[in-house]
Amino acid sequence: MRQYANVISAYIIMIILIILVGIFQSWTVALSILNFCLISAVMTMGANIQWGYAGLINFGVMGYTALGGLAAVLVSVAPVGEAWQAGGISIIICLFIIIGMVFSIRYVLKKIQKSKKRNYLIAAIIIFGLILLRVISGPAMEHIEAVDPAKTGFLGGLGMPILFSWIIGGFFAAGAAYIVGKVALGLRADYLAIATLLISEIIISIIKHEDWLSRGVKNVIGLKRPVPYEIDLQSSSWFINLIEKLNEGKLNLINSVSDRQDALNQLVINASSIYVKLCFAGLFTIVVIILLIITQKALYSPWGRMMRAIRDNEEAANAMGKNVVREHLLIFILGSAVVGIAGAMMVTHDGLFTPGSYRPMRYTFLIWVMVIVGGSGNNFGAILGGFVVWFLWIEAAPIALFVINFFTSHLSETNALKNHLIESIPYFRFLMMGVGLLLIMRYKPRGILPEKIIKQ
Amino acid sequence: MDFINAIILLLNYTVLPALTYGSQLALGAIFVTLIYGILRFANFATGDMMSFGTMFAVLLTYYFQSKGISFGVLPTALLTIPFAVFMMIFYMLVIDKLVFSYYRFKKSPPVQLAMVSIGVMFVTQALVRIIIGPFDRRFFDGEKFIIKAIEFKEMTGLNEGLTIKSTQVITILITIIVVSIVFWFLNKTKTGKSMRAYSDNEDLALLSGIDPKKVVMITWMIGGLLATIGGILYGLDKSYKPFVYFNNMLPIFAAAIVGGIGNPFGAFLGGYVIAFAEILITYAYKKFLTYVLPEFLEPDSLMQLLSTDYKFAVSFSILVIVLLFRPTGIFKGRVL
Repeated sequence: MRQYANVISAYIIMIILIILVGIFQSWTVALSILNFCLISAVMTMGANIQWGYAGLINFGVMGYTALGGLAAVLVSVAPVGEAWQAGGISIIICLFIIIGMVFSIRYVLKKIQKSKKRNYLIAAIIIFGLILLRVISGPAMEHIEAVDPAKTGFLGGLGMPILFSWIIGGFFAAGAAYIVGKVALGLRADYLAIATLLISEIIISIIKHEDWLSRGVKNVIGLKRPVPYEIDLQSSSWFINLIEKLNEGKLNLINSVSDRQDALNQLVINASSIYVKLCFAGLFTIVVIILLIITQKALYSPWGRMMRAIRDNEEAANAMGKNVVREHLLIFILGSAVVGIAGAMMVTHDGLFTPGSYRPMRYTFLIWVMVIVGGSGNNFGAILGGFVVWFLWIEAAPIALFVINFFTSHLSETNALKNHLIESIPYFRFLMMGVGLLLIMRYKPRGILPEKIIKQ
Repeated sequence: MDFINAIILLLNYTVLPALTYGSQLALGAIFVTLIYGILRFANFATGDMMSFGTMFAVLLTYYFQSKGISFGVLPTALLTIPFAVFMMIFYMLVIDKLVFSYYRFKKSPPVQLAMVSIGVMFVTQALVRIIIGPFDRRFFDGEKFIIKAIEFKEMTGLNEGLTIKSTQVITILITIIVVSIVFWFLNKTKTGKSMRAYSDNEDLALLSGIDPKKVVMITWMIGGLLATIGGILYGLDKSYKPFVYFNNMLPIFAAAIVGGIGNPFGAFLGGYVIAFAEILITYAYKKFLTYVLPEFLEPDSLMQLLSTDYKFAVSFSILVIVLLFRPTGIFKGRVL
């Protein structure tokens, strides 16, 4: 028990902080911070699998998050029949052409020996395939995008419950990671970072501009939820009765019947949004706990020991007969899949998919700050990092306001400097993250909860 | 006549913009490559450092304008370059002293330095936004065009006009001057040679009495010069917006790697490779082909290889292809 003392105390402090936000700001804010903390925790677990276990830098977190989000759209939105009629067949044909291209290139690579002729052949297949794709898909896309562009203008999805997308999002991200890993994993660490960052930008620009697939920057709104809607709760009698019972003491103090009803209505409205957030928090906690159990088991299994060996000394691990290339690819895929799950969870929580909002600052670098601050190689640390950094990211504005007011209290209300500082409060969060990251890297380079090797 | 029209069309819409954009990228790419070659890490704060330097130029331009100082037909911002460069170098040296030097003495792996540079990126971005705000700013003044399309048409009697913006000429000229000075410095002076020696083999350079502190300081100074001027030129040509500068880091990295990282001349050419690729692949050739081809072959569609939405994606794809087939870059940089 003692060896876990710092873990437990760190988490207790974190929970107390969130409860304090609930008491002093509002419970809705506290719960939405908690929800995003949980989502961030899943993302950091994914990045931690890659960086902490295997020492692979993946700056493409943003791309996999977006793919998870895309999965949420493609799974839950009802299919648009008209759009399928307008161009569905051509799109499916295109899909087969791509598969055909891949297989024919594989065939050429296998059957013909390395020579100029092979290169020309491959180039010919690619160019011919691209022209064919362009010719077939071009008009189809236009037709699809022309179908009621204000509301749909895309193929829609499968119309299944959105919870499935959490798994499918993982598979989407894993598929992309397989391709990226095949391409980029041979590179040295910082090149890998740059390459994955740029590839994730390519993924985002595809999602942003292929309107037939994802509606692009027109966004998809009103995704179905796995939890009840506030409006439904507010009109369901069991919920109202529950709230009435919980607040009986407070309500009984009010004498007039109409006032009492008004107060009850207000309570129900507040409680409904809290209830929905609590449902989400429950779902997310389940995911976090499942992933935590799996990752902890993996970390202390023979496989986890092998990963650490590969991380600490690649050549020695190779000499011991471990297939470094294959294990790197595997762990790259696994980590990205976890990030993909988080992406789907986030879109589910928001109920909307906005490809324009995926920016490397928020979805790649912030996640990395979380991993480094929390403690790489330690799953509890990674989760804590997600909690701490997201908490600060949201609460930075109130903290900055407090600090500015404190230091400029002697200045008058109309002082230009004071007003300028107060106007730029939103940007203090970047400052806080940067300074925090630099301090942690300097004085506690292994993070708040450092990696622990348990001797077996 | 049609043929000349076609050439003018291409010059106007592809060659000139690509040369300008390429120059801006090239300056940034040399900065990245110098830091990588000599300090041995990928500097993720590149874009924000450029924006930090440009911020001083913007603020000073506003100050000069309010004092009534101007540079005649040329933009006032050119007057502010020395001051902005000085401030930028000062900031870089402070950052190096506070942050990077510690890891250099500890001989940390390059990955750790890259992570630290992310911290610097956050801080720099915050400072820029706190000081000047995240808004789009235009600070160009002076004469806007050297040749307007209409004048050109009247002058030559052609159908197609050629517009030469003064920012384009300024960008290309200043880039040529700055880059020649930097290359002269690196190749001909003793300090420059010691820098290259340090980049090639650190231990050997230290043994032969090269002072690492001096090398690092000079590297940051040249870096500050390149970053600030690159940033100011980009801002003059388009506009100054911190977020855009952050995003520009990506094509700049692409240029540096395509040119062979650690090789300044490669980075310089890499900037143009990326710029030309981005613009040539996303340009719609319909009008060009209508001039060149006989009438019965005239195309109906736009004849665009990729839509302009994929501008950035083009440069990144080139990078991926180069990394796959020639990881040392087109012009052989440091072997990975």
